Amino acid sequence: MTNAAKFSQSDNSVFVIVGSGAGGGTLGNELAQKGVKVVILEAGPRYTIPDFMNDEWPSFSQLAWTDPRTTSGTWRVAKDFPNLPAWIVKAVGGTSIHWAGASLRFGEWEFKAKTTYGEIDGANLLDWPISLDEMAPYYANAENRMGVNGTNGIPHLPGNNNFKVMQAGAQKIGYKTVFTGNMAINSQPRDGRGSCEQIGFCFQGCKSGAKWSTLYTEIPKGEATGNLEVRPLSQVIHIEHDSTGKVTGVVYADAKGVMQRQKARGVAIAGNSIESPRLLLNSASSRYPDGLANSSGQVGRNYMRHTTGSVYASFENPVHMYRGTTMAGIIRDESTNNPKRGFVGGYEMETISLGLPFAAAFFDPGAWGRGFTSKVDDYANTAGMWIIGEDMPQETNRVTLDSTVKDKFGMPVASVHFDDHPNDIAMRNHGYQQGTAVYQAVGATRVAQVPPYPSTHNLGTNRMSENARDGVVNKYGQTHDIKNLFISDGSQFTTGAGVNPTLTIVALAVRQGDNIAGMMSRGEI
Amino acid sequence: MTMRKVDPRIQVSRRRFIKSGVAAAPAATLLAGGATLGAESAWAQANSLPAHAMATLTQMARDTYPHDQIGDAYYRKAVAHWDDSTATTAAQRQLIADGVAMLDTEANARFGTDYIKVPAESDRVTILQAVEPSPFFKAVRADLVVSFYNQKELWPKFGYEGASAQYGGYLHRGFNDIDWLPVS
Repeated sequence: MTNAAKFSQSDNSVFVIVGSGAGGGTLGNELAQKGVKVVILEAGPRYTIPDFMNDEWPSFSQLAWTDPRTTSGTWRVAKDFPNLPAWIVKAVGGTSIHWAGASLRFGEWEFKAKTTYGEIDGANLLDWPISLDEMAPYYANAENRMGVNGTNGIPHLPGNNNFKVMQAGAQKIGYKTVFTGNMAINSQPRDGRGSCEQIGFCFQGCKSGAKWSTLYTEIPKGEATGNLEVRPLSQVIHIEHDSTGKVTGVVYADAKGVMQRQKARGVAIAGNSIESPRLLLNSASSRYPDGLANSSGQVGRNYMRHTTGSVYASFENPVHMYRGTTMAGIIRDESTNNPKRGFVGGYEMETISLGLPFAAAFFDPGAWGRGFTSKVDDYANTAGMWIIGEDMPQETNRVTLDSTVKDKFGMPVASVHFDDHPNDIAMRNHGYQQGTAVYQAVGATRVAQVPPYPSTHNLGTNRMSENARDGVVNKYGQTHDIKNLFISDGSQFTTGAGVNPTLTIVALAVRQGDNIAGMMSRGEI
Repeated sequence: MTMRKVDPRIQVSRRRFIKSGVAAAPAATLLAGGATLGAESAWAQANSLPAHAMATLTQMARDTYPHDQIGDAYYRKAVAHWDDSTATTAAQRQLIADGVAMLDTEANARFGTDYIKVPAESDRVTILQAVEPSPFFKAVRADLVVSFYNQKELWPKFGYEGASAQYGGYLHRGFNDIDWLPVS
């Protein structure tokens, strides 16, 4: 931080980025490396690695975005966690502090969901305006900077007990592609960071720094150029524009809640798929009465969260699933598009573990009595996996502004509506069935099919489209309506694909950095 | 090499036990004789709520999350904050008082006695099921799932070891020591 820049609030040559996670932190570093002056405004505080806690509830209080949100729809999260639709982070580094590290490329067909899957009732499918070929060099860049094992000659991690159980079961039922994953977790020292110590607690912030997070990679590298200033505890309230419609800066609440204005040459929003559309909608003006960049009416729509679910199995003997990396391995055999299974799109099975406090809260939210506590009694002998697959974009799955609830700054909070699509349900049930078979093959005495947790993958609410009428941003994440306003997080995903999203968010941010720098040098923005 | 097991005995020093409270007032009672005393006398020095209410909450806690290997002290500790006037609002304490009265009304209607005096767990569970939709039950359960299971002293009972970074993680402490899987 010693070389970190400090820019004037009236300096209208700076480029402002809202959010410092995988998208915003990476874009900030990319632009800073190219000589662009950047201010990142981050709503949360700035921690360092020693601040992280191997303790689930205190860590949740420290890191999670717990400001009020509301929910509706038939998803069970709305019943179990009505004010916590998503489990994401409010801190410098954003949800790259919390993510598990799984770094998978989309399949080629996953950029062409509409063409591949055809018309699906109730689904608002669209092809991405980018192909895998166009993304390949950026995926390679992202894998290298993040240190993804299984790429760039980086060895895979060793498998822990939880993985070994899943692997043994998977092999017994004939699965072929079973390994410890392509994780952005150092399996050997790299890039000034140490090697994984199998601490567990990947979701609570990696205390060895082996897992990539923008907090201690992209952000300090960007700051070292002298072109990047990160302002923590700075929550953007709305985005301002001039009479021509171009954005001119942002108004944000500082650490004391005092409103500040930062002028800007351009603005990129990377606040994750709930806050990013909320900010666009809260920035409505007489010129843009439906919110910024919303001529299509698509801002906030097509909210996706991946089709998820977990399978936990009890065994006669101990597993101690919490020992070692949380997402310790993967089965990829179900990740292809094979409609014969009764649904389109693919899914992954990835190990997951919860500590005892979170197991109690999430194994079966709301459950009590001996049926429930007998599962907790089995904790040491339990293995677990998470199903994560492509869900269908639906126009009615949507982030809107709550009509009554406001945050401490008087800003309407986000309300998240979600209903599963029949394709999502069919996929989840298939995942439950296959996960159950995996564990039964190695002697599971009981298998529990656990409903989705609050969303960690939030996607699609400012989606990318070839035509302005179909989405919010173009293939560079530039809004169709306002040329110096960009989206830089997972909200720009046209469709969700059946893989964890962070690698694609980072690859898109790197690509966007190239394009924004080019637009600037050509005087276009 | 065999798997590294977790000693399930609760490791609590006398000093830490006192410090951790187990509800400040009942601690002395517990050390003097603990669970052998009557359920209400354990809460004899309850501050903001009647001893009967706290004893009822404690029994409700065990009936909600029954673990037979865990003693009453930890259930008492998990509900103690409801009696702390600095940790709860008057409205919350009223919710508890009214909820306890509701449990007793249900218990008397079904079994002719107060909730804590209904002998069979299965009968008490039918009472809880009757009040399950109430704000009282929802509030107590949602709180309890954190306040009960988040007691570190209990984690070894479940084979959970908690924080590991200070020991260098599990890299040399059994992250991959499973020894019973079929050889592929």
